Amino acid sequence: MAKRIDVSGLTAYYGSHKAIEDISMTVEPRSVTAFIGPSGCGKSTFLRTLNRMHEVTPGGRVEGKVLLDDENLYGAGVDPVSVRRTVGMVFQRPNPFPTMSIYENVVAGVRLNGGRLRKADLDALVERSLQGANLWKEVKDRLDKPGAGLSGGQQQRLCIARAIAVEPQVLLMDEPCSALDPISTLAIEDLIGELKERFTIVIVTHNMQQAARVSDRTAFFNLAGVGQPGKLVEIDDTQRIFSNPSVQATEDYISGRFG
Amino acid sequence: MSEAMMDQPVITDTPSGSAPLPRTSLHRPRLPRWAPYALAAGSAAAGSAVGLAAGLGSHVQWGLIAALLYVLSTLGVATRVEGLRQAKDRLATTLVWVCFLVAVVPLVSLVWETVSRGVKVLDGTFLSHSMAGVLTIQPGGGVYHAIIGTLEQVGIATAIAAPVGLLTAVYLVEYGRGRLARAVTFFVDVMTGIPSIVAGLFVLSFWILMLDFGYSGLAGSMALAILMMPVVVRSTEEMLKLVPNELREASLALGVPKWRTILKVVLPTAIGGIATGVMLAVARIAGESAPIVLLVFGSQVINNNPFEGAQSSLPYYIYEQWAAGNEASYDRAWAAALVLIAFVMILNLVARGIARWKAPKTSR
Repeated sequence: MAKRIDVSGLTAYYGSHKAIEDISMTVEPRSVTAFIGPSGCGKSTFLRTLNRMHEVTPGGRVEGKVLLDDENLYGAGVDPVSVRRTVGMVFQRPNPFPTMSIYENVVAGVRLNGGRLRKADLDALVERSLQGANLWKEVKDRLDKPGAGLSGGQQQRLCIARAIAVEPQVLLMDEPCSALDPISTLAIEDLIGELKERFTIVIVTHNMQQAARVSDRTAFFNLAGVGQPGKLVEIDDTQRIFSNPSVQATEDYISGRFG
Repeated sequence: MSEAMMDQPVITDTPSGSAPLPRTSLHRPRLPRWAPYALAAGSAAAGSAVGLAAGLGSHVQWGLIAALLYVLSTLGVATRVEGLRQAKDRLATTLVWVCFLVAVVPLVSLVWETVSRGVKVLDGTFLSHSMAGVLTIQPGGGVYHAIIGTLEQVGIATAIAAPVGLLTAVYLVEYGRGRLARAVTFFVDVMTGIPSIVAGLFVLSFWILMLDFGYSGLAGSMALAILMMPVVVRSTEEMLKLVPNELREASLALGVPKWRTILKVVLPTAIGGIATGVMLAVARIAGESAPIVLLVFGSQVINNNPFEGAQSSLPYYIYEQWAAGNEASYDRAWAAALVLIAFVMILNLVARGIARWKAPKTSR
């Protein structure tokens, strides 16, 4: 199920502005990789290049290669829509569809893609996905209620359930806990630990304790100055990054001596 | 020594010798709660008195004098008692209320006038009969043919303008970039300003004179559609812009193609506002008479076929009956005006109902 991601020489632009430059890394399957770094260093942009969401922004374009188990996402003839079905994404702010119920939100990916499943199969999918997102117990009696009526943490788990319902290979998370309280954050972190058994997970976070808690490997991004493109400084095992990083800038950032 | 110093409360900010800051109280004199009402009543009385004394015939003048007195007296009293800042606040509040009343009074008097004069002949017969065989100086007759005409013409105009307007708005918000989108926006703005008579003349010269079709409800509908389209585009555009981008991204990230995202996520989220916009546009064209005079010609008899032959419509009927200039036709004109207002009112209520029913749900 889970796939390996190999990025080589990736540069992304917004119009003429170069947002990230020459990034190469490998993301191992069935593991959690965390991206840390100061604001504006291109973590989110890089994450969005991994499922071709970057080009949704007007003027967004990419150079370089992203291999998903030997298949280049930016190769000729690759359909961005099918890339996004393989590489799912969870956003910073919980964004359930306001017109849909909890049930409809979970099956949105399947239904909107025109999939026709029998009612029993859909029910099973909803239960499986909500259980996968640790939300089933809380909402199983009110599946027909609007998804926007849940609390922030529940909404975010609903969004995770929605993302895993389409059975992606990779799950990208863009600061999934930054809008949540510590208890909801803990629930999501536990969930990430469970999900990595099945998916390749990449998570962007500003919270270094969180990166240390949930990830197997950590990548540190930095930028030389305002207006300069962001670059990958180093990527290593999380333990090493937080105890004995090989680059001085990483140590400065982690220990708070940055800038 | 050091312990003693720590026990002392530290006062360093006011060096001895300089005067301490004046003690400011949080309490300020306030006008009592009933003051605005008393001032309003006093102003109204004074306005009436001045109007009566000066022998002004129009009550509108009395009202304006009272409004002016109210604003000035509030400002004066508040400045005296409460100080300048509070007085400014009171002035703004007073102005808002006066403007509200100035806007509401004509509206209420219009509705009152129409209802009180219109109910005289408004009954089942009036709603179910045409003017066929009724002389304009006779009482009797009805508005049925005009209702049919308005329903059909407005219906066809909506069927033309709503889809075109909706799709234009979708293009502008979801796809439009660069020169073409700017040009479309510009021409939509220009179209908003087209006088209805010009739209009527355009269809007259193109459809009736050049292509040689006869007068029909359809010709009128086309002119009405031209008037309606920019309104639909504008309101739909605003509604689509209100849909958060996060929803589009969420849908795209699930691997949903863009067209399905628009159809299944963006439009349903905005459908309440879009429906309201379309209904308001319908209400606007339902009252148009100029294109009807030019293109539908007007008729005294029932014509159910909007594609052929002259029809009537409610605004045209009102115009026609008023122009006839006698007691019976005046009554009919007022009753028809009441029917038209009721029609627009019902449309608005329907739009609100749809908006409430379709609005994104947040209740737990």
